[in-house]
Amino acid sequence: MTAVELPGSVTESAPPARSGGLFRTAWTFPQAKIGTALALVVVLIALLGPWLGPVLTGHTTTDFAGKPFKHDGVFGTDGLGRDVLTRFLAGGTTLLLYAVLATALGIVVGALLGMVAGYGGGRLDSLLMRGNDVLLSFPQLVIALLAIAVIGPEGWLLVLVIGLTHAPRTARVARQATVAVAGHDYIRAAEMYAVPRSRILLREILPNITGPLMVELGLRLTYSIGYIASLSFLGLGIQPPAADWGLMINENRIALVVQPWGVLLPVLAIAALAVGTNLVADALAAAAAGRKREARA
Amino acid sequence: MNAALEVTGLAVSTAAGSPVLADVSFAVAPGEVLALVGESGSGKTTAGLAALGHFRRGLAVTGGQITVGGADVLPLDVADRRRLRGSTVAYIPQDPALSLNPALRIGLQIAEVLETHGYPGSVEDRVGSVLAEVGLPSDPAYRRRYPHQLSGGQQQRVGIAMAFACRPAVVVLDEPTTGLDVVTQSLVLKTVRSLTAEHGVAALYITHDLAVVAEIADRVAVMYHGSIVECGPAPTVLRTPSHAYTRRLLDAVPDPDATSVPPPPEAAVLSTRGVSVSYGRHVVLRGVDVSVARGECLMLLGESGSGKTTLSQCIAGLTDSYTGTISLAGTGLAPSTRQRSDEQRRRIQYVFQSPFSSLNPRKTVAQSIEVPLTRLTSMSRSERRARVDEVLDRVRLGRELADRLPDQLSGGERQRAAIARALVTTPDVLVCDEVTSALDVSVQATIVELLGELRRELGMAMLFVTHNIALAGEVADRIAVLQGGAIVEEGPVREVLDAPSHAYTRELLAATPRL
Repeated sequence: MTAVELPGSVTESAPPARSGGLFRTAWTFPQAKIGTALALVVVLIALLGPWLGPVLTGHTTTDFAGKPFKHDGVFGTDGLGRDVLTRFLAGGTTLLLYAVLATALGIVVGALLGMVAGYGGGRLDSLLMRGNDVLLSFPQLVIALLAIAVIGPEGWLLVLVIGLTHAPRTARVARQATVAVAGHDYIRAAEMYAVPRSRILLREILPNITGPLMVELGLRLTYSIGYIASLSFLGLGIQPPAADWGLMINENRIALVVQPWGVLLPVLAIAALAVGTNLVADALAAAAAGRKREARA
Repeated sequence: MNAALEVTGLAVSTAAGSPVLADVSFAVAPGEVLALVGESGSGKTTAGLAALGHFRRGLAVTGGQITVGGADVLPLDVADRRRLRGSTVAYIPQDPALSLNPALRIGLQIAEVLETHGYPGSVEDRVGSVLAEVGLPSDPAYRRRYPHQLSGGQQQRVGIAMAFACRPAVVVLDEPTTGLDVVTQSLVLKTVRSLTAEHGVAALYITHDLAVVAEIADRVAVMYHGSIVECGPAPTVLRTPSHAYTRRLLDAVPDPDATSVPPPPEAAVLSTRGVSVSYGRHVVLRGVDVSVARGECLMLLGESGSGKTTLSQCIAGLTDSYTGTISLAGTGLAPSTRQRSDEQRRRIQYVFQSPFSSLNPRKTVAQSIEVPLTRLTSMSRSERRARVDEVLDRVRLGRELADRLPDQLSGGERQRAAIARALVTTPDVLVCDEVTSALDVSVQATIVELLGELRRELGMAMLFVTHNIALAGEVADRIAVLQGGAIVEEGPVREVLDAPSHAYTRELLAATPRL
């Protein structure tokens, strides 16, 4: 028998390259653009606000203007006579920082646990995942409240407890994705060359589960923002007199009818940030699912 | 001519405007089987589905006419086309396991087809008679089975029963035997052959396997790049092909009668002694002894479930729960690859069945090929890169493909890359596990030829695991036939093929389609 080598043979010509990566595919969805725009506005306010505030208003966050509930300036003052705009501009930085740190912690720990369980399989898998199920049975906010009630409202504790309660949720997603990848022969091939297990996890499996992990990242970021704002609102997060959006809502809700801006501004910012990140996560999920469909076809 | 199915000047293109089919014309008379032959991407499935008035999403008809049982299909709306399908023209898909609903009993699924199309007689009786027609039991107990309780061949015959239930005028068969072993394949082919002849059904048989065509077809249409390049009676096309492409396709069909010259006997480089594997009470291998000498190719032949992949994985150290010994050049090997030395790992290499699964989609070809070098040798980065280029030349894969991702390669190119990864450390033993089963026949030919050349150039021992006895004459010096986890016959290729001593080998040989 001889080889079939045809001029311009159809079998040997390469199929068209996959069009772009996950992010480029996600960007084609309108919700990705809207979400990015929303989140970006809030992020800019949160990052630049602390510097902009005093310049724009001439006040600092703890300056008493001595004009309670007045509509002087752009958004007036709060119950203690502090300028609302200044406090709003300064109030997002800590929230954003804590949310990002908590999300990063949750994703890293969760992905590691999930990959080890999914690739290790057998008893290790059962042990890790059943332990995971126990943690999953407690609502995140309940664990957070408990930890903060016992130890106190510390910033590091907030990050730690939100991050670690994210981990079991991410672990489930990561395990699922890992099991699907681990069945492929390229993992067998790596085992055959005695590639160390840690290297198989990081070099062979991790790059192939980035899709679901990115979706998880967007989702967990949304939750982190919500939880940290909630805890601040309850007085268990960022403490007065620091300026913070969650705290501002609590401080100003009594005067909602007289001076709504003290509540409205932080509410709008938190909502825009949460909706924005969630839309981006949605677009990423749709892009990842589309790629999976393509791979199966 | 009063053809049951007639396609004239059919042209189909994608929404973007690139043509998929150009001026395709063919006709099938009642009781006749027309084989539509071509490689993946030649447009044969598109042409076949057109007979049902179905076009995949993103395709548009740009010209031509399709007549089924006297009805012009293209002007019909969606509802009328649906009425036509199943009653006048029926489709038998490639994978019966995917096309049957796993949650419904098979009797119900066949009855459903009849009810949908308003079968005039008794549906119950017809389900029984059509099951009998395809050679399956028609008793109520059998009808109450679920698809997973049937073998692959039985599932495919249920699919055929569903297609023939309403006594259609035309059936379209889309590679219906691709996933079946040869014995089952020959049974399914016989069923199709007799049904079409008895009931005067026109059949359009889509395939890439010319040996199957020789078994079943009256006439053959060869498709290449979206048009029919040759069409005629099967014996004429297969004996005296007029188009160059048909000749090349024919050359690619493995010839069971080919002879390879066996090398002079040498001491075994790899041997297994009493290798047994069982999972619980399920015994996979029972005391298998095989050996391969330097420069020799041993074909390990067996159907799915015979334990041939398990044995090759034991040799590669991927399955460590076996008893018995595997030795390399006289030295016993540890069961698990992780306990073997780098040198031992280097000397035994393994090529996986599917190149679509064996290459990491996020690593470039060069990165994948480099892994064994990084792990098993102490070469520097530049030495490794040079070696990768060298081995890419060796497997006839251009160096310019080194930095491509597997997605950007065809199936044949991927398998070459996988072979390159196995060869990069110049092994003494190469284990090839069904390396051609995921590939088209013509690509299979190039891979088999490549492996033969490499074996001669590098003098390695090769263990070629396959279910395809037709490849024996092309690749192997000796054959070991594995059935139910034990070797039932072993010997030089010619002796086994000419005078098979075991009944199973004879059955396999008889079932293998020939040109």
